[in-house]
Amino acid sequence: MMDNPHRPWRARVVERIQESGTVFTLRLEFLDPEIRAGYRFAPGQFNMVYLYGVGEVAISIVSDPKDPTLLDHTIRTVGRVTNGISQLQAGDIIGLRGPYGRGWPMQEAEGRDVLVITGGLGCAPVVSVINYIAERRKQFGKLTILQGVKLPKDLIWRDRFERWIKEPNTEVLLAADKGDPSWPWHVGLVVELFDQMRLSDHTIVMMCGPEGMMRACVDELLLRQIPEHAIYLSMERNMQCALGQCGHCQYGADFVCRDGPVFSYKQIEPLFTHSGF
Amino acid sequence: MTHTLPPHFLPRDQLQQLFDNLQRSGHQIYGPQVRDGAIVYAPLKSTSALPQGVEDHHAPASYRLINNGSEHWFDWVSTAQGVKPLLFRPRETLWRATRDTTGAPHFEDPANSTEKLAIIGLRACDLAALRLQDRHFLSVNHSPDPFYAARRQHLFIIAINCTRAVESCFCSSTGDGPRCDPTAGFDIAMTELDSGFVITSATPQGRQVTKPLTLRSASKAECDEAAQHEANATRQVRAVPSQNMRDTLFNALDHPQWDKIASRCLSCGNCTSVCPSCFCYSEQSEAELDGSSSEQQREWDSCFTPGHSYMHGITLRHDTRLRYRQWLTHKFAGWHDQYGRSGCTGCGRCITWCPPGIDLTAELAILNRAGGETDDG
Repeated sequence: MMDNPHRPWRARVVERIQESGTVFTLRLEFLDPEIRAGYRFAPGQFNMVYLYGVGEVAISIVSDPKDPTLLDHTIRTVGRVTNGISQLQAGDIIGLRGPYGRGWPMQEAEGRDVLVITGGLGCAPVVSVINYIAERRKQFGKLTILQGVKLPKDLIWRDRFERWIKEPNTEVLLAADKGDPSWPWHVGLVVELFDQMRLSDHTIVMMCGPEGMMRACVDELLLRQIPEHAIYLSMERNMQCALGQCGHCQYGADFVCRDGPVFSYKQIEPLFTHSGF
Repeated sequence: MTHTLPPHFLPRDQLQQLFDNLQRSGHQIYGPQVRDGAIVYAPLKSTSALPQGVEDHHAPASYRLINNGSEHWFDWVSTAQGVKPLLFRPRETLWRATRDTTGAPHFEDPANSTEKLAIIGLRACDLAALRLQDRHFLSVNHSPDPFYAARRQHLFIIAINCTRAVESCFCSSTGDGPRCDPTAGFDIAMTELDSGFVITSATPQGRQVTKPLTLRSASKAECDEAAQHEANATRQVRAVPSQNMRDTLFNALDHPQWDKIASRCLSCGNCTSVCPSCFCYSEQSEAELDGSSSEQQREWDSCFTPGHSYMHGITLRHDTRLRYRQWLTHKFAGWHDQYGRSGCTGCGRCITWCPPGIDLTAELAILNRAGGETDDG
């Protein structure tokens, strides 16, 4: 038979890290040395993680592409498959295939100011961007991170945010819908943070999170003269094959798994304001 | 239009020899047969299994067979289901996982099809739809699907030129029929006359199968008669407003007609099941009860199911309006960007098999009107 693109390869759980009550990270490594040696990925791309007898789920890769042998997947326990995957321990063997999709425009971002906007619980796709820039700080201009959460306890990687705040040429603005005494930052919506920052005209924006939040942020950005082609979004849809074949993730003309998940706003603008696609 | 390849004449009683030649070369023949009051593709060995003198009559939500007393085997126009399930199986195993004694999974490919299929009966709309499925499943934009590819590779196609049109046909307006163009992808195409067939081979395989029959050239009278019959099929009562509705539909996303359609649509998915170009499938892991192995299977899915747009607790297309809009805008708009043409080839099955009889050509005509007018103004 010709290559079967549906079939996963075997991978080992090298480490399991609990990030918050429902969020955990699996560090995975392909067992086959040839697969491991040939594997390359870019920030924003994802893998299909398979749990024996249960199913597959699309998970973005959050570790740095400079080491393509150890692949970190940060996962929130939300459904049948992720519930099962959350039970895995170091040493367990699972199925893994990828990488899939188009990642963030890291080359295009070089030399520019980068604004990263995320919402929801530990938005893994953009964490890969933050990590990538932090590792290569001189190649990029100012890094601004806007992160919104519902509740203070939803902020995973608080220690990392507190570290990033201290980095040179980096600004971190956090917002929680509801505050508590442990929350020294803004209480309210992410869009309300826009007034606290200044955007240069050579800013490139990368965001991911609930679509409502992204719509509100796009409106703010356009008002602030950021051009459509400088705004990038990571989209989320039902993904089953990850090959642009099963049809679930179609977004107008695009298959999110193959043509995305990262799109420029210009590319998806015609459908972005309509629900149901 | 004249035949661009020299047509031959196949006497009616020699069609069996053509079948025999195909079977000798290892082909399993699928042809039209009457099952439960409908014409479907099923395996056959002999011409005696073909539906003789059977005409199909279609209307929105209506399908009836009648016997017209003729000797013809191909007086019907449209099989209830196209050839899609013979290539893109309704359910199939993509890979299998087994567990070793430590509980670790191992992955293996299932045995792939080595079956050589020959299908007789495809119409121009079906051939066009097959080319669309080829574009999707054999696309260079992603890895070609090995299961579809294995069946497609050995497929032998005998196309039949339509000599009637039914009420749901609109292939003339989509530009896909009713006549099978020599570049349409058949090995052999035939037009049925009382005494036999005017037959054309378009491929070396087609010529190889017909060569032992030592056929004579078709006479001018036979070719003229075939052309006359074929002309009958151009009398179609339905049409799409345009072959490219892309901009029209993407600009009509808030049209009030979507609500009107939704009030009739049952969201049953019959249209996507009989649509010869619809390609969506879902995947499931089917584990053995003893836990020793698990198969990853795919199964036809439909954008009319709530699960199609489900992700972590949200159903994006939570009502029928959004689902029908997804289907129609994908078929007639998104396809242009994805594969350079509309995804509809005018076979009309979605009209025939829609329980409330929604006629997508009528809906397209309303959506095509400027100013958001609905059918009752």
